[in-house]
Amino acid sequence: MLVHTPHPNLPPPSTSVGVIGWARKNLFSTPFNSALTLCALYIVVRFLPPVINWAFLDANWAGSTRDACTDGGACWVFVKVRLTQFMFGFYPADQYWRVILAFGLLGVLIAWLLLEKTPKKSWVAAFTILIYPIIAFILFYGGLGLPVVETNRWGGLMLTLILATIGMFFALPFGIILAMGRRSTMPIPRALSVVFIELWRGVPLITVLFMSSVMLPLFMPEDLRIDKLVRALIGISLFQSAYMAEVIRGGLQALPKGQSEAADALGLSYWQAMFLIILPQALKTVIPGIVNTFIELFKDTTLVLIIGLMDLLSIVQSAFSDPKWLGFSVEGYVFAGLVYWIFCFSMSRYSQHLEKKLHTGHKR
Amino acid sequence: MKKLSFIMVAVFFMISASLASASTLEEVQKRDVLQCGVSTGLPGFSNPDEKGNWTGLDVDACRAVAAAVLHDANKVKFIPLTAKERFTALQSGEIDILSRNTTWTLTRDTSLGLNFTHTDYYDGQGFMVSKKLGVKSAKELDGAAICIQAGTTTELNLADYFKQNNMKYQAVVFDTSDQSVKGFEAGRCDVLTSDQSQLYGLRIKLAKPEDAVVLPEIISKEPLGPVVRQGDDGWFNIVKWSMFAMINAEEMGVTSKNVDEMKKSTDPNIRRLLGLEGIKGKGMNLSDDWAYQIIKQVGNYGEMFERNVGLGSPLKIKRGLNALWNKGGIQYAPPIR
Repeated sequence: MLVHTPHPNLPPPSTSVGVIGWARKNLFSTPFNSALTLCALYIVVRFLPPVINWAFLDANWAGSTRDACTDGGACWVFVKVRLTQFMFGFYPADQYWRVILAFGLLGVLIAWLLLEKTPKKSWVAAFTILIYPIIAFILFYGGLGLPVVETNRWGGLMLTLILATIGMFFALPFGIILAMGRRSTMPIPRALSVVFIELWRGVPLITVLFMSSVMLPLFMPEDLRIDKLVRALIGISLFQSAYMAEVIRGGLQALPKGQSEAADALGLSYWQAMFLIILPQALKTVIPGIVNTFIELFKDTTLVLIIGLMDLLSIVQSAFSDPKWLGFSVEGYVFAGLVYWIFCFSMSRYSQHLEKKLHTGHKR
Repeated sequence: MKKLSFIMVAVFFMISASLASASTLEEVQKRDVLQCGVSTGLPGFSNPDEKGNWTGLDVDACRAVAAAVLHDANKVKFIPLTAKERFTALQSGEIDILSRNTTWTLTRDTSLGLNFTHTDYYDGQGFMVSKKLGVKSAKELDGAAICIQAGTTTELNLADYFKQNNMKYQAVVFDTSDQSVKGFEAGRCDVLTSDQSQLYGLRIKLAKPEDAVVLPEIISKEPLGPVVRQGDDGWFNIVKWSMFAMINAEEMGVTSKNVDEMKKSTDPNIRRLLGLEGIKGKGMNLSDDWAYQIIKQVGNYGEMFERNVGLGSPLKIKRGLNALWNKGGIQYAPPIR
C-alpha cells in the first residue's frame, strides 16, 4: 500500500531564527534601523568600557584613607568610610538601632498591607496610621527613657526618607479632600480648595522652603520656636497635597457621570457614594499619576539642601568639603544618584504591579 | 514701597523686642548648650569629619566660647546654614553665634542688627598658577586667561585689579568651583582666582597639587569672623575676648599641652591670662578659669590655625596675614589686664 509520508517540515531558514534571525528582525530590519543600530553600537563600545574601567576595574575598594586610592579609577573608599554618615547623618552611632527599628517596622507594616492574603488588614492599617507615627516619633526623637536626639543631628538617607514618607502620608489624604472640595457644589469648600490649590501650585517649592526657613522665624514670637525640620515638612506636605489634589481630580472627572447617578439612585449618601463607588474607581485610574507625584516628592526633598537640612544629597556634598577627602565629588554624586534611582525605580515597578493587579478591563 | 518699609519696621521692632528678653549668656547657661551656626561644608572652616564631628576654624571659634561659658568645648549644637539664611537664623534667635566664614562689611555690621566681634581669619582674593608658567607675582599676569566663578564678587575684584595695573586678561567663566578646577587642569586658563583660603582647597583637587602655586598677592579684603546679635554687649564681649584670649595665649607661648605647667609661671601676664591674678572672669560674668578652659580644650590661636587650615592639615595654608603682629602678620589682641 502506498502510504503518503509527508516530507518532514524543513527548519526555518537560518536567517530568520536564532541570534541572526532576531538581529535581522529587531536591529537591521531597514537600512535606517541598521544605521541607528550601528550608531548605538559605536556609542556603547566607545563609552561603556571607560565607565566600567572607572567604576569597577580600576576602582579602589579597600582601605580607609585617600592614600588607598592609587589605581586611578573611582575611589569607593570615600563612600565606604562615610557610609554610615550618608545613611544616618549625625545620629549618634550607639542609637542607630532606633532608626533601623523604626524603618524596619514601617517596612513590615507596609508589606503587610501590600501583600495579598495577609489577615486583619484593617487593624494593621489603623495601627499604621494612628499608632505607628507616635512610635516612630519616640524612636527617632526620644522620650520614654530613650535619650533625645535633636533634629539637627538627623541627616542622610534617614532624613530623606522621613521627609518623603511624612510628605506622602499627608499629601494623599489632603489631596483627596481638596479634590473633593474642588468638585463640590457647595461654594465655600469649593472656593477654599481652589484658592489653596492655585496658591500652592503657583509658587515653586524652593520659595516655600525659603519662606519657611528665612521669613517665618522673624514673624514668630520669641518663645515660640518651631523646629526647622517641622517647618520644612509642613511646607512640603502642603505643597505636594495641592499637586496630589489635581491628580485625583483628574481621576474623579474621568469617571462617567452614570456612576454617581447610579449611587444616588441606590439611595447612598454622599460619603457612601464617594468611598464605595467613586473614589475606589477614581484612584485606580490615576495610580500612575499618584506614583508620579510620589516619585517627584521623593526627589524634591533634595531641595531642603538650600535651607541647610542635611538630607542625603547635602550630606554627600558636605563630605566633599573634608580637607582629607577633597576631590571625590564624582564618586559621591554617583552613589547618591544610585540610591535615589533604587528608590524611585522600586516605586515605579510597584505602581506597574498595582495597575496590573487592579486591572478590571476598563482599559482600552 | 510704603508697605515694604512698614514690614521692615515691624520686623525690626520684633527683633529688638526679642533682644530685650533674657541675656544670651543666661540663656546659654540655662540650656547648657551653645547654638552655633556654621556653613554646610567648607574645607578647613567647617566640615563634618568621618565620624560626624564638625571640625574647622569656624567650628573651633564656637568651641572656644563653649569652653569659656560652659567649661566644655563639646557642648555645642552646630546648625548648618546656607549663605542666604545665616543672618535670619541669628536675628530670630535660632543660633547664639554665627561663625560661617562671613565677611565683615559696613553694610552687614550696621544695617542687619548684628555685630561682628573680631576677625579670626584674614582672607582675600588670590591667584593660583601652574608652576610651569614660572610666574612669581600677580603683576606678571598681563594677558593671562583666568578661570573664575560666575556671579561672585571675585569677578568684580578681578576687573578692578587688572584695570588699576593697566593689564589685560581674558575671563573664562565657570558655574561652580569644581568646574573651574577642571578647566584649570585642562589648560583652559593659566590662572585660577578665588578667595585664597579656597584656592588651597581647590589645589588639593588637582591631579598633581604640587604643580600649582598660590601667588602671595591678595587683591581684596575679606576679614572673616564670628557674628552676634546687636544689643547684648555682655555676650558680644564674651565672644570677642574668647578669641583675644587665644591670640594672647599664642603670643605668650601658652599651648593646650603646656597650659598646666604654665599655671606655675611667675610671669604676671600669663597669670592674668589663666585667671590667677587680676580681673579674672568678673567683667564677663564667667568663672575665673575661662581662658584656661579655652586653651586647655581648644588650644591657642596658632594651634587652632595649624590644625584646621595650616601645616597640620591637608590644606597647608601659610599664616600670612594671620600671623601674630610681632611675626609679620596682623593678628593682634588687646592685653588681658
